[in-house]
Amino acid sequence: MKVTYYPGCSLEGTARDYADSIHAVCSSFGIELEEVPDWNCCGATAAHSINHKAGVELPVRNLKLAATVANSEMLVPCPLCFNRLKTAVWQLGGESSSRFQAEVGSRAPRIWDLANYFAGEEMLRKMEAAVTKPLEKLKVVCYYGCMASRPPEITGAADHENPQSLDLIVKALGATPLAWPYKTDCCGASLMISRPDMGYRLVGKLYDMALRVGAEAVVVSCQMCQSNLDMYQDKIEAEMGRKFSLPIIYFTELIGLACGVPGAEGWLSRHFTDPLPLLRRTGIAY
Amino acid sequence: MQQTGLSPDFTFLERVEAAGPFHATECFQCRKCTNGCPASFAMDLFPDQVIRLALLGQKQEVLSSQTIWVCAACETCSTRCPNGVRIAELMDHLKEMAVKEGVPSPQPQVLALHQSFLENVRLTGRVFEGALLPVFLLRSGQMRSKIEKGTWRDEARLGWKLLRKKRLSLLPTVIKGRGEISAILRPSK
Repeated sequence: MKVTYYPGCSLEGTARDYADSIHAVCSSFGIELEEVPDWNCCGATAAHSINHKAGVELPVRNLKLAATVANSEMLVPCPLCFNRLKTAVWQLGGESSSRFQAEVGSRAPRIWDLANYFAGEEMLRKMEAAVTKPLEKLKVVCYYGCMASRPPEITGAADHENPQSLDLIVKALGATPLAWPYKTDCCGASLMISRPDMGYRLVGKLYDMALRVGAEAVVVSCQMCQSNLDMYQDKIEAEMGRKFSLPIIYFTELIGLACGVPGAEGWLSRHFTDPLPLLRRTGIAY
Repeated sequence: MQQTGLSPDFTFLERVEAAGPFHATECFQCRKCTNGCPASFAMDLFPDQVIRLALLGQKQEVLSSQTIWVCAACETCSTRCPNGVRIAELMDHLKEMAVKEGVPSPQPQVLALHQSFLENVRLTGRVFEGALLPVFLLRSGQMRSKIEKGTWRDEARLGWKLLRKKRLSLLPTVIKGRGEISAILRPSK
């Protein structure tokens, strides 16, 4: 099955591990990804913060290009890109509005947050059937972050305070998703670079709660959350005087591990906080 | 607040709302936005106070606040507001207004990161992460202090680690429609 794919800039760079896992997992489930031709940056936080017009026009260009590809669905792994694309649709008045029809046309694909796509009933059944190595001993918390959920009138999230997509996926793979209260709390996003003190505090709070509920790893679908929780973990540990050692794992990597998709251990070896000791301890990797 | 020195700008809210609408007048000060805000610890005005002061025409207080710049745009406030006030979007508009009107940001590094990011996109159509951090450090003036303190090594180590893990490109991807992107992002003054 062919679907349109909007990777977003960081999947060409710091989140290439995520990109590789997505390509391999999709291909193992017979999903052929067709990239939006000549796509551009969605503008991210920078555009919507100081240049509202660009914050709409940049994703609108992507919507127009996506409408030239003959697929009815488009997968977006980055929740911020997903949010900016959906916000642009909303700003144009919604898919059925005359303005949207005039600017984008009637062949625009349905925009999917990647985790929500994989949490659809049919995909969950396929995943369950494909599991060769159930992740039975693994206890995790699912961390969704902000942008796939909020604001719900734009994202279309079914339960924006307590989303379920990652929990359902993790369960289908045999692991245990623990209940915790910080599923959709903010990681600080780009403040990790401009105000690291704020980023450390926000992320430190997440680590603390994850450990308190007994998690051994955090499962994410957002590469911004991943990098904020993974890349700076040693610095935050030094700042807080506490060791966390919490691997931050993409849900697609877990699918890869459980379903025996080749390359899974390679993606995980590119993280900063090494997940391999945990995966060995729980009999998932060797 | 002292009575003297108050100079309410009664057209402020109208101009702000014309760019929205953000529905600021619907606010009944329940403070749900502030109570759920993860960044409130770094704010000088709480989100509900920004709304209140905007309603009172206190343009300068609002535009020069830390709050609009340390808002993480997580959208918790807008989502939970019982009256549909689009608080996070209003914060964005206030930032843009502050920049246009030349009000210096009390968080220059936050503004510098946004500007470096958009400049980066304007040149190639996509973000080139390899240049983003160095340009930001130069633009925000942090490069010099990092060199003096020797902490530049932390950034260099991070970059090296990313390169080794094949998570950093050495060359940017330049899209065909680069001209369209630079037109969208043409600096407006």
